[in-house]
Amino acid sequence: MFLQLLANGLVTGAVYAIAAVGVSLVYGILRIVHFAYGDLMTFGAFVAVTFDTTLGLGMIVATAAAMVAASALSVGLDFALWRPLRARRANFMSLFLASIGLALVLRQAIFLAWGPQPRAFDVDPFKVYTIGSVRLSGAQVIAIVVAVVAIVLVGLLLSFTTLGRTMRAVADDRSLAAVAGIDTGRVVLATWVLSGALAAIAGVLAGLVQSTFDPNFGFTLLLPVFAAVVLGGIGNPYGALAGGFLLGIVTELSTWEGFGGGVDPVYKPVVAFAVLIVVLLARPQGILGRARLV
Amino acid sequence: MSVLTSGEFWAFVGVVAGIYTILTLGLQIEFGYAGLLNFGHVAFMAIGSYTMAILVVKSGWSMWLAAPAAVVASAAAGVVLGLATLRLRADYFAIVTIALSEIVRYVATNEDRLTGGSQGTINLAGAEEASDYNSQWQRFQDWFQGALHLGSKDVAMLLLVWAVALVLTALVALSIRTPWGRVLRAIREDEDAARSLGKNVFAYKLQALALGSALAGVAGLFYAWQFAFFSPADFAPLLTFFAWMILILGGVGRAWAVPVGALVFGVIFAGTRFFEFAPFTWFDSAERAYLRLMVIGLVLIGLILFRPQGLLGKREELVLE
Repeated sequence: MFLQLLANGLVTGAVYAIAAVGVSLVYGILRIVHFAYGDLMTFGAFVAVTFDTTLGLGMIVATAAAMVAASALSVGLDFALWRPLRARRANFMSLFLASIGLALVLRQAIFLAWGPQPRAFDVDPFKVYTIGSVRLSGAQVIAIVVAVVAIVLVGLLLSFTTLGRTMRAVADDRSLAAVAGIDTGRVVLATWVLSGALAAIAGVLAGLVQSTFDPNFGFTLLLPVFAAVVLGGIGNPYGALAGGFLLGIVTELSTWEGFGGGVDPVYKPVVAFAVLIVVLLARPQGILGRARLV
Repeated sequence: MSVLTSGEFWAFVGVVAGIYTILTLGLQIEFGYAGLLNFGHVAFMAIGSYTMAILVVKSGWSMWLAAPAAVVASAAAGVVLGLATLRLRADYFAIVTIALSEIVRYVATNEDRLTGGSQGTINLAGAEEASDYNSQWQRFQDWFQGALHLGSKDVAMLLLVWAVALVLTALVALSIRTPWGRVLRAIREDEDAARSLGKNVFAYKLQALALGSALAGVAGLFYAWQFAFFSPADFAPLLTFFAWMILILGGVGRAWAVPVGALVFGVIFAGTRFFEFAPFTWFDSAERAYLRLMVIGLVLIGLILFRPQGLLGKREELVLE
């Protein structure tokens, strides 16, 4: 049972981690607490489900299409919304509120475009892989594989490419990076493309794991994702990865009977928030955040 | 279109705007005065509503005792929130407060024995017995209507809500002129400067949170009285965002901007039901419900882009930019 919960936790954690990296990049580089990110994940999942079931092109094409669509939408929104706000030197508060407005608009647009009925990807729900005492559904296996690949690629991108280094430099100190000759406009663009693609992947994986999803589902994932970001220290993508996995595993393990009888599964989200609050009380800057930022 | 001319409908819109006024006054103290980014405001409204209903139904309290106790409970919850989180940086504080408000909602949804669970207050006394916390308030409302010879119960409620809302607005407006209010504003402008003058910044912020939460509790009472039934779904984060929108719409930092913002918001929100022209007629009624929320989101974005000081705010005294 423990191993099964651990495996489930890895799957949930993978979804949180991918989304958390996206949120963290946007925060670090653009100083936006991206409240519409959950709805961007929903958007990705719905684009993918259209390509997968309606057009019957399969999951790989569907996921790629969702990544392109979510990236394009993110870049478009930068031109329409975020760039004018940057030009007005809008502060953290305005950006947060604008993203809340955007979240409302985006979710209602998804409701209008796709309707409120639950959707599902075209995967065999009865296919089960057994590894020792752990049973994983086909969807869960896909989620783990895709998540590992995505996380490794993002890690390589951030650590070893020029683009990744400049992104981290801008996140660290924007004006210093600009003085050093980094083209911040290009970095901003790359951030939206990357975070949009990550949102789509996270949305598709979350939809796969949940088996059905409706236009509200991204928003319900958003708070645990934020919790993961905060846990890792806002703006630190490696911390967000760690926070995502930690949160996924802790919430799933909290229902384990060996753990004082276990928490009622309906309280899993509460466990995530409780972990967040306890960690922040002990370490207000997050697990990997630096104290000077607080 | 007949609803548009019905007094009953507009009285309802007015009552809701009054409740939103009281709710948003709390945010005005917390953010407009003290600069605290509380995005979990709706939780304290929920605590007010539920405390009152539970004390009346389960403990058999008089509603007139349960109501002030509920406001105290909301304020106390605000203090607990502050003690736990006020040391956090603004962005962390904002996220943690949303998380806390969701915890309150999850607990209210799942602790059936305490709150009636997802079915709401109808289930408060258990499945066998229909529960009602509202009869004392109904009697008071009837008495009030009779005493003033008012035409309908809705008008009675409208007057009661707005009497309370306007008194509270006046008190909040006066409070900023007191030494206490000036210290709060100083903290918002420059926390370190206030601290260097020997002000206990933490205590002031805690007081602002307690007062703001108490106001949310009062809003929760009126919400419970108006609808005579509520469930955890009524206290979703969306309501907090509505309150923020009213705050921005009216103007940050000015108490009298809150009722104005609430009325404008109420008219936008109710008025969008009556878009009986293209392109709105292309959509059926369920789709129009999505469109209405979309309009709310667009108005919020538009305000931040084009008029961040709100309708009545002063640009110089603006914390949004």
